[in-house]
Amino acid sequence: MKRVKTILRVLCALLLFIGTFLLLQSLLTPKYVDDVVEGAFVAEYYREKKDHDVIFIGDCEVYENFSPAVLWEEYGVNSYIRGSAEQYIFQSYYLLEDTFYYEKPSVVVFNVQSLQFGEAQSEAYNRMTLEGMRWSPAKVAAIRASMTEDEHFIEYVFPLLRYHDRWSDLKQTDFQYLFHKKTVSHNGYYMRLDAKAVPENLPPVKPLGDYSFSDRAWSYLDRIVEACKREGVQLLLIKAPSVFPHWYDEWDEQVKAYAEKQGVRYINFLEHTEEIGLDFATDTYDAGQHMNLSGAEKCARWIGRILAEDYGVPDRRGEEALSAAWAGKLASYRAEIEEQKERYGLS
Amino acid sequence: MLFTSYEFIGFIAVLLTVYYLVPRRARPPLLLAASCAFYAFSGWENLLFIACTVLSVWGGGLLLEKNLARQKARLCAGELSAADKKAIRDGEKKKRKGILAAVLLLNLGILAAVKYLGFLTEGLNGVLGLFGAAPLSAASLIVPMGISFYTFQSIGYLVDVFRGAVPAQRSLWKFALFVSFFPQLVQGPISRYGDLSRTLFEPLPLSYAVLRRGLVRVLWGYFKKLVIADRLSVAVLAMTGGQDRGGFALALLFLYTIQLYADFTGGIDVTIGLAEAMGVTVAENFRRPYLAVSLKDYWRRWHISMCTWFRDYLFYPVSTSRLMRSLTKGTKKVFGDKAGRKVPLYLSSFIVWGATGLWHGANWNFLVWGLSNWAILMVSQELEGAWGAFRKRFPKTGGKAWRAVAVGRTFLLVAAMNLFDCYPTLGGTFGAFFSIFDPRAWAGFSFSSLLSLGLTGADFALTGVAVVLMFAVSCAGAWGDVRDRLEKMPFALRVVLLLLLFFAVLIFGAYGRGYDAGQFIYNRF
Repeated sequence: MKRVKTILRVLCALLLFIGTFLLLQSLLTPKYVDDVVEGAFVAEYYREKKDHDVIFIGDCEVYENFSPAVLWEEYGVNSYIRGSAEQYIFQSYYLLEDTFYYEKPSVVVFNVQSLQFGEAQSEAYNRMTLEGMRWSPAKVAAIRASMTEDEHFIEYVFPLLRYHDRWSDLKQTDFQYLFHKKTVSHNGYYMRLDAKAVPENLPPVKPLGDYSFSDRAWSYLDRIVEACKREGVQLLLIKAPSVFPHWYDEWDEQVKAYAEKQGVRYINFLEHTEEIGLDFATDTYDAGQHMNLSGAEKCARWIGRILAEDYGVPDRRGEEALSAAWAGKLASYRAEIEEQKERYGLS
Repeated sequence: MLFTSYEFIGFIAVLLTVYYLVPRRARPPLLLAASCAFYAFSGWENLLFIACTVLSVWGGGLLLEKNLARQKARLCAGELSAADKKAIRDGEKKKRKGILAAVLLLNLGILAAVKYLGFLTEGLNGVLGLFGAAPLSAASLIVPMGISFYTFQSIGYLVDVFRGAVPAQRSLWKFALFVSFFPQLVQGPISRYGDLSRTLFEPLPLSYAVLRRGLVRVLWGYFKKLVIADRLSVAVLAMTGGQDRGGFALALLFLYTIQLYADFTGGIDVTIGLAEAMGVTVAENFRRPYLAVSLKDYWRRWHISMCTWFRDYLFYPVSTSRLMRSLTKGTKKVFGDKAGRKVPLYLSSFIVWGATGLWHGANWNFLVWGLSNWAILMVSQELEGAWGAFRKRFPKTGGKAWRAVAVGRTFLLVAAMNLFDCYPTLGGTFGAFFSIFDPRAWAGFSFSSLLSLGLTGADFALTGVAVVLMFAVSCAGAWGDVRDRLEKMPFALRVVLLLLLFFAVLIFGAYGRGYDAGQFIYNRF
């Protein structure tokens, strides 16, 4: 009897410990719902019904430059952007593997900008991409591939160990979104309505000593291509129409040669800005680094035609359940447009 | 492998699990393997240094014991006159002294080579410079982790065997375990063979209660280290980095003294708690040092194992040496009986405090720190008679208020001398210290200036609460082990208190990115 009592006591203590730990961990981990919302995008994917036809993978050049809402409205393409801030190519690869675990889209669109980084540059960006991933072999491999020198794997397993010192910086939103987070993206798209034109006199482009991408970056692009082939998914490589950071011609040539060798299509949007109808005076919100809503909708319209016509992505607007889901999403999309119009004083 | 690293926590978790699963007789060998692994983590080449100490001291111990046995056998063989016996004793003792000297020379030589070569060369260059000679270049060697601690511990053992106080350890692996026992390898305490060997080779029976008691102490150690010491180290580093004049110097004096206490006692709590969880008893190293009423009292309470080591293995041998005895004869003739007897005593004390200073660090700062302690202690001793007479005349000076004044005075004295530890040079130390008394250095200083030291108001408030808690628990320890009282509490209350402590360490601990304190201050000794 005494033994049973002891075991029960220890179990109670253990439950109390685990409960307190999880509660504190949830409280202290950043919520990414107000200022830096980019950290919330990766996790939002798991709330979706996973039967997308197109998946965009990449960094800010995908999650700010293409509007899935327009793709749906105009082409009936059900798409999702698995993007995150400065998403490195190895993270993109593991996010792709993670995506294939849940669904098999018709097309994967991968933005090649991240080829320039063979190694992770910042812990903050690592965190924003990796923390949102659900635990899986892909996530473990992604963490291992991404960790900078002074990062510890265990701090990804127990984020409390990383964020414990936020105790003095807690905000109202940390309590408000303790158990449930609000959705901040629109199928992975980060909306901005304000505009800031690309300056007329751009500073001269700094030449590089070496224009070759690292072997590591190439190896992960190889793995992306192989994974798509393995899964029977069409891969479309793109360079989104951001004018900054500069995309060197030497880089572009290497990607073109690679795409040709692999039999994969590559589109550099910077070569099609007129065709797309982009106006860098009104279609970007940060002087050419990212598109605003106007630019993102134009890019979506343009790529939507390619996806529908060249890749045969079906128009699913006739599907009742999907249309209903999208109706809700579009309402939220429009609501945010109105909210941002008010915020930025736009008519 | 730092005590505060994830690797160490993982290492301990695995070790304790295996330790509790293996049979009792397998535990000491497991501890040796763990100690070797722990030490190898700091660099494989360091194993060579510790192996050299283990082999030489172990071999020396056996030779000493063999010599003692031979002496005994010779003394028992047949009828011997008193003169013959004396001759045998003297002859054998001379041989033992030779063995002792050889082993000491080897081990102290290694210690001097890795730790003091730079300092010795610097001193030598100073002398050479006077004669215009070219300076020598000092070879810099990596100081193996804990070398001062394990060398002193081994020397203590060898001297004890020499004196016949403990038997020599015949088993090499057991002796290796005594020297390399990992919880105390990093920052002590410097255990005595007679004390540690009792439970190290035959650990006490293990149980859930033993594990719990040990881990509670470990947790308390981490609280002191991570919540207080490592948080304060941010401000201390900012001040010693240049923001150290006037009010900042005074703040440094207090904050560093608290940091040092929390850091060192926290580390010792981890050491003793871990050993306790494994059924091994390690002697206490502190007894509420900041409640000392005098510097002499302070040194009976602070780093007890080091102080008693210097007393037993340096002060006594030096003060009773033939040289000192003949010096006493000479000084008695010159200064009279009373004063003449004091000169060799003070000289021995001077040597001990000089060595204590250098043990802490191979630089002039520590040497001056050690000798400052010596000077204050000697002056206090000289004034003891006058103080006794004063107390007799004013009996109220024995009251609690006077005691509080004495505690405060001793704390200030110790804190002021701790400044030597904050700077690599005497100029830095004295510059900061004297600026406290310079009104110009205080210009523009206010309490809010402390917020420019890398800590927020919330950090200071948290540290303040933690420091009060630390001293409250420390004071409560005067009336018995706090953990005994914890054990008597109702289960639910005990669980809540321990969870609070655990989460306080986890949340408020200054670890991970943004904090670089890591190392224990006493690691470097």
